[in-house]
Amino acid sequence: MGKSCSLWVSRLAALLKKDLLEEFRTRYAINALLMFAVTALVMVSFAVGVNTLSATLHAALLWIILFFASMSGLGRSFVKEEEKNTAPALRLAAPAEVVYVGKLVFNFLIMLVLAALILLLYLFLLNPPLGSPALLVLVIFLGVAGLSGATTILAAIVARAANQGTLLPVLSFPVLLPLLITAINATRVAIEGGGVGDVSQGLLFLVAYGVIIITASLLLFDFVWSD
Amino acid sequence: MILKILFGAYMLLVIAAAFLYAPPALGLGEISRIIYFHVPLAWVGVLAYLVSMVNSIRYLKRPLAEYDFRAAINAEIGLVFTLLATVTGAIFARGTWGVYWNWDPRQTSIFVLLLIYGAYLVLRSSLEDGEKRARLAAVYSIVAFISVPFLVFIIPRLYVTLHPDPIINQSGQLQMNARMMQVFLASLLGFTGIYWWIYSLQVRLYKVVERLEGQK
Repeated sequence: MGKSCSLWVSRLAALLKKDLLEEFRTRYAINALLMFAVTALVMVSFAVGVNTLSATLHAALLWIILFFASMSGLGRSFVKEEEKNTAPALRLAAPAEVVYVGKLVFNFLIMLVLAALILLLYLFLLNPPLGSPALLVLVIFLGVAGLSGATTILAAIVARAANQGTLLPVLSFPVLLPLLITAINATRVAIEGGGVGDVSQGLLFLVAYGVIIITASLLLFDFVWSD
Repeated sequence: MILKILFGAYMLLVIAAAFLYAPPALGLGEISRIIYFHVPLAWVGVLAYLVSMVNSIRYLKRPLAEYDFRAAINAEIGLVFTLLATVTGAIFARGTWGVYWNWDPRQTSIFVLLLIYGAYLVLRSSLEDGEKRARLAAVYSIVAFISVPFLVFIIPRLYVTLHPDPIINQSGQLQMNARMMQVFLASLLGFTGIYWWIYSLQVRLYKVVERLEGQK
């Protein structure tokens, strides 16, 4: 047990190292996503102009940008393996669960970096009132965890289909809607300056959603990944 | 054959009874008669999705092409019924609330159901026929199904509903009079029958085609 467990961890570490190294060398995901985020934010900023927005609008705009940024970025994680024909080698090298967890952790790290950059730029350009910054960070952290959890298995499905560019948002939206509604609501409360107690149910929901979707993905990933 | 004629007569009777026999619901007026069509349509829409999802699980356990066909055809039938439920709901909303669409929680959840059906069918159409398509579609069907209870649970907490089931169905007890109840249950049975008929016809057609292709 102990030996197989450590083998599992070392395989996971190897996969993660490969993805991070590749990302570090090409900087594909982070560069493309950063430009996307800047473009979207500047557009929103121009559209808003000098008007002050309500907390609800700030929360909605922030999550719309995060959603589409994750759609354009996370889809790559499996598509690149299929494009370069490295997927069969990966199938031989590691069991399906390791591949899923490795990609999930990688996607989560990418999204975390991206969410931090988007949040800073958002604060810089749109200047929303910041009621409780700690709660805002917590909500975005949990939201991004659920977002990458659900998107990873859907990206694996999309990588094996045609018209990959448009398919991921179409498939993800109904699955992510409960998460997005809850996250937007909790973000609004955080901007208005509410405490953790005001959104405890929402936070619990975000955790539950993440746990359930990742568990289901672990059970189902083998069917998507194997030939 | 005789069964089908009897069933046709039964449905005609249900439709006539919905307009003539049942009294209008208190406080909602004549437009409340849409309940005898709207609720059964919505029920079949959800039922078809459930059957589709169950067949997806069966496919993953035992990869028979027939299960995949059953899952796909239920998604198609369910899409049509859900669309009809959405339209009849919007007509009712126009009559009582004054607008066709206002993102009432019920409208949001049925809209998400439509989106899931749509996404499922788009996914199927962008994959080539065969075992891979069946597997991927089955996985998507199950993943999407997970979000449904969340939606049912959280949306009513965040928004107030104007949907009349809290009015007719107070504290879990059905507040319909005997005549309304008779027509309502008869219609529920009738529409489930229509669904079952379409479904079994498609399965029979599928089996005939399979057998003919096997003989070639």
